[in-house]
Amino acid sequence: MKVLRPIIAVIALIVAGGVLGMSQGTQMLVGVILPSIAFLVFIVGIIRKVVDWSKSPVPFKIPTTCGQAKSLSFIKEDRFDCPNSKSDVIVRMILEIFLFRSLFRNTNAGVKSGDLPKLHYGPSLWLWLFGIMFHYTFLVIVLRHLRLFTEPVLPGIGLLEYFDGFVQVGAPVLYQSDLIFMGAITALFIRRLIMPQIRYISLDTDYFPLLLIFSIGATGMLMRHYFRVDVTGIKELTMGIVTLNWTNPGTIHPIFFIHVTLVSTLMIYFPFSKLTHAAGIFFSPTRNMANDSRATRHINPWNDPNIKPHSYADYEDEFRQFMVDADIPVEKELPPAPAAEKKEEVTE
Amino acid sequence: MYDKGKVLIGLAIFLVLALSVVGYNMTAGDNKKPEPEKPKGYTACVKSTDYMKSSHMVLLNEWRDEVIREGKREMVKTPEGIMVEKSLQNGCMHCHTSKVKFCDRCHEYASVKPYCWDCHLAPVEPADGKEAI
Amino acid sequence: MAIPKVEELRHAVANEPNLFTGAIPKKDWQDSFTEFKEGNFAYPAKPEMVEYHKFPNPRIWSPTDDDWKLPDGWEDIILQGLKERLGKFRSLKVFMDICVRCGACADKCHFFLGTGDPKNMPVLRAELLRSVYRNEFSVGRKILSKMQGNRPMTVKVLKEWFMYAYQCTECRRCSVFCPYGIDTAEVTMMLRELLHLVGVGINWILEPAANSNRTGNHMGLQPHTFKENIGYLVDDIKDITGVDVHPTFNRKGAEILFITPSADVFAEPGIYTAMGYLLLFEHIGLDYTFSTYASEGGNFGLFTSNEMMKKLNAKMYAEAKRLGVKWILGGECGHMWRVLHQYMDTMNGPADFLEVPKSPITGTVFDNAKSTKMVHISEFTADLIKHNKLKLDPQRNAHRVPTFHDSCNPARAMGLMDEPRYILDHVVPKWYEMNENCIREKTYCCGSGTGLNTGEIMELRMRAGLPRANAVQDVNQRFGVNCLANVCAIDRATLTALMEYWLPPTGDDPMATTDVPVAGISELVGNALIMDGEIENRDQGLRFEELVTAETEG
Repeated sequence: MKVLRPIIAVIALIVAGGVLGMSQGTQMLVGVILPSIAFLVFIVGIIRKVVDWSKSPVPFKIPTTCGQAKSLSFIKEDRFDCPNSKSDVIVRMILEIFLFRSLFRNTNAGVKSGDLPKLHYGPSLWLWLFGIMFHYTFLVIVLRHLRLFTEPVLPGIGLLEYFDGFVQVGAPVLYQSDLIFMGAITALFIRRLIMPQIRYISLDTDYFPLLLIFSIGATGMLMRHYFRVDVTGIKELTMGIVTLNWTNPGTIHPIFFIHVTLVSTLMIYFPFSKLTHAAGIFFSPTRNMANDSRATRHINPWNDPNIKPHSYADYEDEFRQFMVDADIPVEKELPPAPAAEKKEEVTE
Repeated sequence: MYDKGKVLIGLAIFLVLALSVVGYNMTAGDNKKPEPEKPKGYTACVKSTDYMKSSHMVLLNEWRDEVIREGKREMVKTPEGIMVEKSLQNGCMHCHTSKVKFCDRCHEYASVKPYCWDCHLAPVEPADGKEAI
Repeated sequence: MAIPKVEELRHAVANEPNLFTGAIPKKDWQDSFTEFKEGNFAYPAKPEMVEYHKFPNPRIWSPTDDDWKLPDGWEDIILQGLKERLGKFRSLKVFMDICVRCGACADKCHFFLGTGDPKNMPVLRAELLRSVYRNEFSVGRKILSKMQGNRPMTVKVLKEWFMYAYQCTECRRCSVFCPYGIDTAEVTMMLRELLHLVGVGINWILEPAANSNRTGNHMGLQPHTFKENIGYLVDDIKDITGVDVHPTFNRKGAEILFITPSADVFAEPGIYTAMGYLLLFEHIGLDYTFSTYASEGGNFGLFTSNEMMKKLNAKMYAEAKRLGVKWILGGECGHMWRVLHQYMDTMNGPADFLEVPKSPITGTVFDNAKSTKMVHISEFTADLIKHNKLKLDPQRNAHRVPTFHDSCNPARAMGLMDEPRYILDHVVPKWYEMNENCIREKTYCCGSGTGLNTGEIMELRMRAGLPRANAVQDVNQRFGVNCLANVCAIDRATLTALMEYWLPPTGDDPMATTDVPVAGISELVGNALIMDGEIENRDQGLRFEELVTAETEG
């Protein structure tokens, strides 16, 4: 059920994109106006989300220390898993964002039955591997698409395409990034379906982006390798979008409009969903703070100065007799008349 | 604390990256649809214009395989009855004489770098054309 | 509460069908609710405790009741409370938004490993709150409710919060593995704060917090009793070593204020750790004082609300100021050090009336504590050892083959990992590490932290402690490890129960309760110290146990 609804949703989007992409009249709507709006929604949505996060303060310094802290001179500190300075934090964040450091630690726990239950832990790098393959190839693919949005084509994009296609299979050449991308996204999807724990926690909103992105990749590859759509025509259209000079050459196959519908959906969906993790990772206080809270005071803007401890004076007032009897120094001497023992049983 | 400065810097980087494409095209020259120069005196190629436009690379690959790997060197006939050799340089470029004025026009626009010229020598272009890459 | 025999539980954890052992529950988690029954919940706070803290809705109630006697309009109170906290804690806001449910955290939680209960997977524990958050605050909640797995705030959901907010020990192990650093401890803290808004809390936290507020310590030891207890330890030290140690109390003008969890002066095996402190300070001639007013290092406010944490913690600086000490030395405790390291300075600083801590013995300046002005006993001791200021005879611990248990908070909220290990290297002849997946930042909780070390949930505690017990058992079998060393007062209590249950005694000592007794690092230090004026051929350890000395070995 949880996977069915997203499948239906994605199919509906494909049909809608296809139908609208078939007639010249509506091609403009789905091929030009929709992505323009989607791009704006994406940018404004992300900024809105980030601003919303920033409005809440970080009241306490709560890094998760994943290694030895800086302390005594002869104790070796683990600078990047337990950063002590801004520069160490930057390295930690770079490791996290570019290499998925934390996910790399992943293990897989299991229990062996028998006379004694025995827990065992194995390394589990699949999620890290699929995750990193997916994200990097996504990046390469997005960058490659810049050939359709820049004229003259941005320097470097050609080189990227060259290396991405360097096995020179087929014409047009097959990009390795496309294959890895489709493989990784498929693996991430199958993982959700077959691993009991992951299946149980998955929501529709977990399957939907995977299916959506898979369909984007699939339509993209179909366009290049099967339909071999009119690339110059497409570039005319896409350049029209970014130069605000909307045009529709009228020679583009409907598959392109399906692709654009799906991409637009992704851009619109992005800022309102879990996909904001891309921005959120920068805001994670367990990762982006230095573990120097005993050396540098962190300020909490809403720290309430009116919260006071139960005062020593009140404490001594309650226990003065006992303290004097036990030779514990007191601030005020006992009153001359023997004080009655107050008993306020709060404990036990 | 709020880290307002860092957030603003981050947002600025995001905006610049996201909008750089628009900015780049504003500063970088014109966006003109490429127009490959068609050979004079011919009306048709070995297949329809639509097919050639989208799939010439497939045809070239097929020709390469047939000629080099299978030895099938028979000529191909155009609708006008002209016999064309299954060859990039002796076939295609017999009519489409200029790489710069024909091939490169679209390829550069769409940033396509066919590997034809890894092996084939690009023809020497007349002085008024661009230097072949 | 009767707890299953260890044989039964051994069989159960490995074989009962649950999500950990591979069986998928039939119902979606949104629609399945676990029933409360005796043994799976900690007892609710007594009305007088709720009243003492001026928390709302004091009453007698039980989780097994249908009607929890929640105040009128409780849904609004909760949702308002949630909104307020979203505005105060960026961590909460971000963590509510960015989880992708990748599942990396799922099998990292000791509660999940021990119970197989899906809602003990950190991701689902957080989803309990997230589903309500999305229902109230997310864009598109009206149309996407079903697809987002949203849930309205109902009594059933609230009851679930209570169950699972008190099956999390805020140990932060999941946050080590999360690719975005989502920390379930933050979520659990918020859940507990929200529950207190409608008068739902547990007695085992609120009562020690009340004690701590009034008497200065969780145990409710009044000043004379606190002093008297330490007096007994002084006597024992005299009997064992022949040395007089001279602790002082509430002494103005002392150089250092020493604060440790009150459990250390109250119960076994913590008292042996306290004896270790006393010996160490005597050995180096430290000018220090205890305080009966600030006689608690721990802080059950951390398990209640940030306001309560601040209130209880504030005594430390207040007392340091009153006594005019130069800096504060802190004893061995886990959550105490979470508060001291990550919260104290922010909440109750700046401590500008104190000096940057400097060891009076070695002259080492503790720059890492230059603002908070509070030093961990392991940092202090390791520095003494490094400078050869201690006369140590590791052979006095020859009857012990320890392993070291990293406590959650020093490991994952402080980064104190190698100081205790350095000390161990110098005070025992030999010790062994547990499986690398169970130590340092990947260490497992004792299973009973954050105020869950109460008797009525013993089975739950033993299940949650299983991963730790398992790793200990492994080194016990492979290397003959017979001592579980640590730097945490709660550990000393809870690991003892855990070891007694999972590793019952197999030897022929009739007094033994387990094969692997628990000891604080400072006990091992104290036991290894060669004191000036000690009796010749000391033959007893701090527990009056027989020492395996070089002589007796022949």
